[in-house]
Formats: sequence, structure tokens, C-alpha cells
Amino acid sequence: MSLTEDTPTPKRPSGFWSYANPVKFLGLSERILPAFWGLAAVSLIVGLIWGFFFTPDDFRQGSTVKIIYLHVPSALMAINAWFMMLVASLIWIVRRHHVSALAAKAAAPVGVVMTLIALFTGAVWGQPMWGTWWAWDPRLTSFLILFLFYLGYIALWEAIEDPDTAADLTSVLCLVGSVFAVLSRYAVNFWNQGLHQGASLSLDKEENVADVFYIPLLVCIAGFVFLFLALVLYRTGTEIRLRRARALQAREART
Amino acid sequence: MRALLTRDLMLAFRAGGGFGLGLAFFLIVTVLVPFGVGPNSELLSRIAPGILWLGALLACLLSLDRLLALDWEDGTLDLLATSPLPLEAALSIKALAHWITTGLPLVLAAPVLGILLNLPTPGYTWLVLSLLLGTPALSVIGTFGAALTVGVKRGGLLMSLLVLPLYVPTLIFGAEAARRGATGMDTTTSLLMLAGITAGVIAIMPFASAAALRVNLR
Amino acid sequence: MTLTIRDLCVARGGVPILEGLSFSLAPGQALILRGPNGAGKTTLLRTLAGLQPPLSGQIDGAEEQIAYSGHSDGLKSMLSVTENLTFWADVFGQRDIAPAIAAFSLEGLKDRLAGTLSAGQKRRLGLARMLVTGRPIWVMDEPTVSLDVDAVAQFAKAVQGHLHAGGAALIATHIDLHLEADMLDVTPYRAALDLRAGASDEAFL
Repeated sequence: MSLTEDTPTPKRPSGFWSYANPVKFLGLSERILPAFWGLAAVSLIVGLIWGFFFTPDDFRQGSTVKIIYLHVPSALMAINAWFMMLVASLIWIVRRHHVSALAAKAAAPVGVVMTLIALFTGAVWGQPMWGTWWAWDPRLTSFLILFLFYLGYIALWEAIEDPDTAADLTSVLCLVGSVFAVLSRYAVNFWNQGLHQGASLSLDKEENVADVFYIPLLVCIAGFVFLFLALVLYRTGTEIRLRRARALQAREART
Repeated sequence: MRALLTRDLMLAFRAGGGFGLGLAFFLIVTVLVPFGVGPNSELLSRIAPGILWLGALLACLLSLDRLLALDWEDGTLDLLATSPLPLEAALSIKALAHWITTGLPLVLAAPVLGILLNLPTPGYTWLVLSLLLGTPALSVIGTFGAALTVGVKRGGLLMSLLVLPLYVPTLIFGAEAARRGATGMDTTTSLLMLAGITAGVIAIMPFASAAALRVNLR
Repeated sequence: MTLTIRDLCVARGGVPILEGLSFSLAPGQALILRGPNGAGKTTLLRTLAGLQPPLSGQIDGAEEQIAYSGHSDGLKSMLSVTENLTFWADVFGQRDIAPAIAAFSLEGLKDRLAGTLSAGQKRRLGLARMLVTGRPIWVMDEPTVSLDVDAVAQFAKAVQGHLHAGGAALIATHIDLHLEADMLDVTPYRAALDLRAGASDEAFL
């Protein structure tokens, strides 16, 4: 791991990597953010109303099944947010693009909220279905552990003053944490076989939820994806502006 | 390498080195548990393997903030980083020293504390074996946490927050082996998984720890 | 082995602080670094010692050649003078600590715990550590802090001996050591406020 070799050569990148320049990134994100907000709002409104009011009740689970439209998308985004942080951390370690590190930082609180929504809606769903708010089921437990990983990651960002040091250390933590998160998932599976139903979205037709539920669910998932992207872009912009203010102050102090 | 190990052991055993603190903590936690859950010996013997594993884990965690912080304060880490010894090796040695001064005594003390908690007779072997296999992983993972937070003033609490989630797989397989052993079930799978985790972290974690420490040193 | 620095730029906290530094240090040569507080002497020395990466520029001949001495000496208060020195000698693959003890007249203190030494005595022990590294290039940051006149003379003599034996030394200090040494004032190399790429925070401007 070449964390110490901090030498981004000042050649001018083109294409995708040109947005690693904070100023250019800000310009782009300002242009596409309204579209993302709009797409998120439209697909969430459509998906949730469709899902809540225009789908039949499940023959076994009754109307409680409708919480699936919040539960599944948020759970998916909770995991994908961490995955995005992992990719962004890798880009920071390899290519030293500040935007990448700041995007990882910006995604973490969004991921935490997604994890909390998934846990909360899961509890609300589980109460009537299993008769308990909480069970030490492998999936539930894994999400709780994921939540702890998010907390540690955010706490480390907050604790370290120098932004580059913080970016380096949190990237290492994210890498190591990912390995341990996967390990924990297997360990928890071994430890307790659970109550949770199989994946709601799998390619295996037998296990999948029925089509009437499936299409509005996909719309909701799209809504959560756009919401996540919009939030992360917006927060990354804020982080970039904070760094910019800091850089300007540092320059003031030196003249 | 041997010089660093001898030095760390010597420092731990001399006055103010903190040897035995973890052990005392382990004892106190074990003594407090019956006050919390009641003196029912049947209940105690059922939860004994888990409590002993948890106690050992917390005692290990408690001693981590000494692992690098002292060497950081007096500049030793700067000098070690400029020495011919690779930082990865230095950190592995320090983890080993931590295990010898903290983990090993916990392993040896666990059976004695097992008596206090009414641990079933077949459980002793498996408890000791699982701790023996698992505690090195705790030291090595803990070294990573210490390396991440060494630059943070009063980073003890932060380190616990970072290290405890990383301890989950080790705790699950370790406690599972001890629990299965105590109830006469087959322990092979959990012990193998535990050994696998320990071998894996010993092989890989020093690189992550050294990367984190290098960032903190610059 | 000659240490060669070419067009070096070093940064502190992401802000470039010295730039355009070029010099070389041949065996037998000593170089004294001068400059006001905060000029970047410590940052430069830490960069040369490999503790932090340079922002740009080249450092040749530093690998495994440098013995670094910073503001603190890495001494353990619960180890004796001999134990402290033996440890560092072992780490650097050396055996004999007697010359180091003699050079800083630590004979009478050999078995004392480092924690019981005075500040000046500790510093002498810290400097004696340089002798047991066996490394040819000494990079030292304010080595004379808390030393009295006699100890400074002892130190100058040790550096002199090191130079005669083919070593080199790069020392940041304000005291005149009466060495035949070149002087390098870092003040003119203060980094200008340009928008150079690579400087951590300036990418945001």
C-alpha cells in the first residue's frame, strides 16, 4: 500500500478523471443535482403511492407487507453506500483524488440513516410477523454490525484534524472494515440460523416476490438510488466548499 | 527483532508497565457478573463460556491504548520507523509482546475464573483451547486499532469503537467453541474457523497497521 | 555515499513550506541548517529521514543511510542507560556500545534508569544513540537543547569524529559548534503562494 508516496503528477487528465478536480466536480454536480433530486422525488412518490395504495394485501402477511417498499430499498442502499465508500477509498489510496475521499466521507452519514431506516422498518414489520421487535437473526445482526462499522468510520473522520491524514486513515479502516464485515456476516450465519425470509430480490423465481409487488418495488429502489446519489453529491459539494474555505484561510494566514 | 520483543517484555514487567492490570480487570468483571444476573448456579454455568470470553476480550481491549501510545509520546516510533526494522515487523513484534503480557495470562487465568462461574467440567479444555487460539487475533487486530488512533489525544474510547466491531468474528467463533465444548457438542468447525481467522489476521493485519502508523507519523 | 537533494519541495499540514531546495552532502561534510522558527527545518529533516513524503523533487542516497534524531529521544525511563543503548544498537544491527558511552562520558551513569537522569543527561544519552546506529548520515534536529557548555563541546567532538570517519551530518541548530561546516539558511526557499498542483489544500483553490 503506497500511502506514503503522495505524488499526483500535474498532468491534465481528461474524461472521467477530469472530474477529480474539485472545482470541475462542483460545476458538474451543480448542473446534474436538480435532475437527481427531481428523479428521486418522482420515483419515490410514484413508487410509494403505487405500493401503499394500489397493490393487493398479501394473503398471509396482510397489509404489513407494504413496508417492503421502504425496507428493501433502504437495506439495499445501506449496503451499497458502504460499497461505494470502499470504491471511493480505493480511488483515494491509488490515485489521491480529494473528491473521492470527500465523497466517501459524505456517503457515510447517508449510509447510517439508510441502515437505521432498514433496522426500524424491519422491527415494525417483524413485530406483527414474528411477534417480536427484534430477534438475533443473522440478517438483523449483520445490519446492526454494519451500523457499528459506520459509527466507527464517522467517528474516525471526526477525530482527526488534518483532512489528508483523516482521509488516509479512514480509507484503511474502510478496507479492513469491509473484510471484517464480510467475515462477520459468515460468522453470524454460522452462529444462528434465522427467521428472516430469503432475499426479496433474487434471480431465482421461486423465492422472488410476486410481480404485482415487484414493479412498484423496483420504482422505489430507483427512487432510493437517486435520493442517495443526490444526497451524496450535495454533501460532497459541501465538503469541498469547506475544504476550499480552509485552503483560503490558510493562504490568508500566510500572507 | 528479538531486541524489540525483550525490551517490550522488560518494560511490561517493570514497575508502571501495567502487567497484571488486564488480569485484575478480568477477575473483577467475572466477579461482578453474578451480582448482575443472580447467583443461580445453573444459569451461571450456562453463560460461563460466553462471559469468560467477553471478559478476556474486554481485558485485552483495555490494555491496547498502552500498546503504541507510550512509544509515540517519547518519539520511539519515529526512530523505529527510520531504523532497518520494517514497520510491519516491528508492529507484529509489539502485538506478540502484547499477547505474551496480556493474552497469555488471561488464557491461564480463565480456568480458575471458570470455577467461580461453575463452568461444566468438559468445558475447561475447550475454553482454554479456544482462548489460546483466539487471543492472538485480539492482540493483532488491537494493534491495528492502536495504530489508527495513536495520533488522537485521549483516543481510548475512539479505539474501542473502532476495534470492537472488528472483534465480532473472533468472539463469535471463540465463544461458540467454548460453549459447544461445555455442552459436549462438536467443536471442530468453530475451532477451525477461529484458527483460520487468527492465521489470516496475523498474516495480513500488520500491513494495514503499518500503513496506518506511517500516515500518523508523517 | 553522497546525499543529493534536487529541487525539493516539502509540505507541512498539506501546505508547501519550502521549495526549490537543492544541495548535496558528501562524506566528511557537515551542513548546518539555519532559519527562524517555523521556517520548515524540522519538516525538511523529517522528510529526509523518510518520515514523510516530499511534495516534489528528488532525494538520492538517503535510503538506509540516515540516523535521525528529533525533539524527543525515544528513551524509556524504566530502562537503564546501558539497556536503552543496547536496544537501539540491536535494532540497527550493531554490537559495541562502549564507544558511545565513552564519547558522552556516560560511564558513571551506565546502570542508572533513564527516568532518573536530568534533562541534559538524557539528551547526552539520546545523542549517544546516534553513535550506535552505525549509519553514515546524521540528521539532527536541535541536538544541543538542554546541553551545558561542556556537553556541547563533547557533542561537537563526536560530530568531528564522525566526519573524520567518513560520515556526514546535517544539523539544525542555532548554536555555533565550532565545526568546519557549511551553512544553509532555509529562509530564501520559503514556498511561494502559487497554485501548484499536488499541494493538498491548494487543489481546492
